[in-house]
Amino acid sequence: MTAALPAALPAAFKAADFDYGAIAPMLIVAGGAVIGVLFEAFLPRRLRHTAQTALSLVTLVAAFVVLVTVSAQESHRGFTLARAVAIDGPALFLQGTILAMSILGILTMAEKFGGKGADAFTPMGAAIPGSAHEAAALRAGLSTSDVFPLALFSVLGMMLFPAANDLLIMFVALEVLSLPLYLMSGLARRRRLLSQEASLKYFLLGAFSSAFFLFGAALLYGYAGSIYLPDIAAAVTTANGQLEGLLIPGVVLVLVGLLFKVGAVPFHSWTPDVYQGAPTPVTGFMAACTKVAAFGAILRFVYVGAEANRWDWRLGVIAVAVLTMVVGAILSVTQTDVKRLLAYSSIAHAGFILVAVMSFDRTGVAGTMFYLAAYGFTTIAAFAVVSMVRQGGSEASHLSQWAGLGRTHPVVAGVFSFLLLAFAGIPLTSGFAAKYAAFAPAISFGGRAGVWMVVIGVIASVVTAFVYVRLIVLMYFTDPPVGEPVVAEVASPFTTAAITVGALVTLVLGVLPAQVLDLAEQSSQFIAK
Amino acid sequence: MSNFPWLTVIGLIPLIGAIVVAALPASMADQAKKVALGFSLLTLVFGVAAALQFKTGSTQQFQLVEQHEWIPQFGVSYALGVDGLALVMILMALVLLPICILAAWDDVPEGGKREKNYFALTLVLATFMVGVFAATDVFLFYVFFEAMLIPVYFLIGSYGGPRRQYAAVKFLLFSLAGGLVMLIGVIALYKYGPGGADGFLVTKLTGLDLPVAAGRWIFLAFFIAFAVKAPMWPVHTWLPDAATEARPATAVLLVGVLDKVGTYGMIRFCLQLFPEASQWATPVVLALAVISIIYGALLAIGQTDVMRLIAYTSVSHFGFIVLGIFAFTTTGGAGSTLYMLNHGFTTAALFLVAAMLVARRGSKRIPDFGGWQRVTPGLAGVFLVAGLAGLALPGLSPFVSEIMVLVGTFQRYKLPAVIATTGIILAALYILLMYKRMMTGPKPQLDRPVRDITLREKIVVAPLIAAFLVFGFYPKPALDLLNPAVKATLQHVGVTDPAPTSVAEGSSK
Repeated sequence: MTAALPAALPAAFKAADFDYGAIAPMLIVAGGAVIGVLFEAFLPRRLRHTAQTALSLVTLVAAFVVLVTVSAQESHRGFTLARAVAIDGPALFLQGTILAMSILGILTMAEKFGGKGADAFTPMGAAIPGSAHEAAALRAGLSTSDVFPLALFSVLGMMLFPAANDLLIMFVALEVLSLPLYLMSGLARRRRLLSQEASLKYFLLGAFSSAFFLFGAALLYGYAGSIYLPDIAAAVTTANGQLEGLLIPGVVLVLVGLLFKVGAVPFHSWTPDVYQGAPTPVTGFMAACTKVAAFGAILRFVYVGAEANRWDWRLGVIAVAVLTMVVGAILSVTQTDVKRLLAYSSIAHAGFILVAVMSFDRTGVAGTMFYLAAYGFTTIAAFAVVSMVRQGGSEASHLSQWAGLGRTHPVVAGVFSFLLLAFAGIPLTSGFAAKYAAFAPAISFGGRAGVWMVVIGVIASVVTAFVYVRLIVLMYFTDPPVGEPVVAEVASPFTTAAITVGALVTLVLGVLPAQVLDLAEQSSQFIAK
Repeated sequence: MSNFPWLTVIGLIPLIGAIVVAALPASMADQAKKVALGFSLLTLVFGVAAALQFKTGSTQQFQLVEQHEWIPQFGVSYALGVDGLALVMILMALVLLPICILAAWDDVPEGGKREKNYFALTLVLATFMVGVFAATDVFLFYVFFEAMLIPVYFLIGSYGGPRRQYAAVKFLLFSLAGGLVMLIGVIALYKYGPGGADGFLVTKLTGLDLPVAAGRWIFLAFFIAFAVKAPMWPVHTWLPDAATEARPATAVLLVGVLDKVGTYGMIRFCLQLFPEASQWATPVVLALAVISIIYGALLAIGQTDVMRLIAYTSVSHFGFIVLGIFAFTTTGGAGSTLYMLNHGFTTAALFLVAAMLVARRGSKRIPDFGGWQRVTPGLAGVFLVAGLAGLALPGLSPFVSEIMVLVGTFQRYKLPAVIATTGIILAALYILLMYKRMMTGPKPQLDRPVRDITLREKIVVAPLIAAFLVFGFYPKPALDLLNPAVKATLQHVGVTDPAPTSVAEGSSK
């Protein structure tokens, strides 16, 4: 055993090297989150919503600017924090995507719809649903402005996740991104029991998956004598076969933990419940950003750490990808709730992305990243639209309530239809360019399995297209339901901006994707040594 | 003027028109159709001007070419160009567009926003129609091919008849499924191509040395999409529903122009890019084509809904077109391409005149008519002419193309040609029976008096009947454009016409 250890034990203790330029965006987000907590403690209540919104936006914008201007420079690329963090092309691209999307996420969370606090969130998360305590909190005009620092902490975890070069940092990032999300899922203002159920489910299943991840990481450490991904990769190629039995279980368990986060079948059962129960802006934020972060981590783990023995485990992941596409697509047909429908559609999309991941080529990395960016912006905008459509003050998430929306609210329905067409992958939307970017490498480099995955992906696309088209039919060609009218709330400039940007990105990435594709392609090289 | 981007401009004018129409202020909403008609006529003028730039004797496959980088990472260019076939298809679309807009004059009686959107969507559709025929980049073609589903979907779903939802969804899903299958082929084709930033150009993908199996699979992926579009038996079932539920003008553009994309795609892509696989698949394709001819005709005879009847005649006619394409003879190919042009006008005339009758009677059921010759002699007359064109009466244009297809097929494939010929007899049956049931008999008792053909309707019908007669007696201008394109395609396939005297070896491939 001792022969394998020296790599992990330095001769003398050395302070870790900090490339502040490389990690500055993460530090800024962490700082913003901490200040947000202080705001929560010391600012008077009436100021909090405004202050928190402003702080979060400033933090995220600042982090994004620093990322683009400083961290993206060639000199800052490389390993830092004692090789625990890798700032390379994929990490930077994904961090930038996460930051840009979380800005939109914060904008949707800040929506008040004319009320006192953020509309989507309960005045007091700690109060028992329906209790006198809750009513009192409502009367007192309390508002849950602590979602903003929670969101920032989550963003921090998301940024660290795809940059994590060792399994422990990856685990830390996983927890930092997940714990705030568990909380945020339980803070919905309406249908609180559903929201709390979602929170609990997400937490319990998330804890399970974390345990899987940790156990896998432990096995891999046992195998390679190191938690660094490049060391594991090196060990795979040079191993003497003594501890071979640890490798496959280790890789599989780590992958289970990661695939849980993207909602791949059979680790998807939390997705519809959580998407439905969580406050809608949180759902949008989580659907877009978590997926980016988790796929970033999967990419790094698979391409840097476990690539050398991929022939041993790829069949399993291919099966997962196929199942994810098929189950996601088929179950989305039977849904009657818009949020659950989008949840199953997000499962199907995770499957499509996995197809790109399994091509094992740089273009596959680029395709994955492009897909994540394209899908994320569309998703945030779509959930923002969902949060606007109301009946009797609460969200009209049942499909029947959307009937005739195209007649009563042509603009809202028009935007939503456009986003749905993007999900369906119709040309001239980002969904099509993304699907092409994901499927092309699978056919070119994925071998026979790649071709079959694409065939199944295409069939699944037709099924999901049916679902989206049915929703469009409902909005445009069906008469509105009788009873209380379904209205689209007049959104503040915040939500409007988020939807506009999301829809514009969806259009631009569909019509003129060359720039972003080029960026993704240039950013597709992992550093492995 | 040689560098003038003719095709882009022809595509852009209707798009600008659509935006203008959609953006008209509410006070001017009643002007929407006039503006739309103006833009469609302007497009036609530019289309004719572009056609005058086209030189029939050129050695280049494509003329009026434009090429710009679009998505170099995928190898996609914004590349437009036309050969004779594409030009004829575009011109046909541009001629039908103002006719359809004029025919749709009172389609949205409630006016206002809904009417504006109706005409705007029609114009958007025109943009995609030009794009899909003009694209010389496989990926760009695919983009137009899929994108044009959306305006049609809304045109059927928002403005159609009582079962419009069902028809619209069925249309979209059939087309989308076919299109996505083709997407796999598109991706795979690039892999075998030369690659690079313009690797999707048709010219770069022609004459590839594809592995036999891969070539056949990719051919299948393309062919399925085109067969759905065309539509061929057994994937034709969406057409009767879509055609009867859509507004007549939409049905004309759908059946007359959009479905041609299917047969156009077979010539441009299946034959040109996969010559080996095309010949490999010929027996099956011919069988499907013959089934389509007979099956479509038989079902047409049995219809009681006049719009469905016309839709089924189209299934039969598309069978003829596909038959001629896969006969691999110059006569057959030229006949098919000419058929594509003529069928556009025939279907337009049948649909639009039938719609005029339906609007007066308030029913699409054939038994609800009877004796209308005595009520509306003018309409009955043009309906008869349109019907006779549909059954390929000598002297009217479809006769020329149908005979060419049958002769061209007979040169190489005797049996399919013989069976297909019975389609002519069946055509006489379905047209004449329809005419007899609707027009002849005692004068019907009507609740309120109906007008005979109006001036607007005469203007709608006149150019169509003129087209029947012109191309019936003098098809040369069209054939001059089409023949070089057909010859070039057959050259890519690598077949020559069988010698006319050799009777014995006619069936050998």
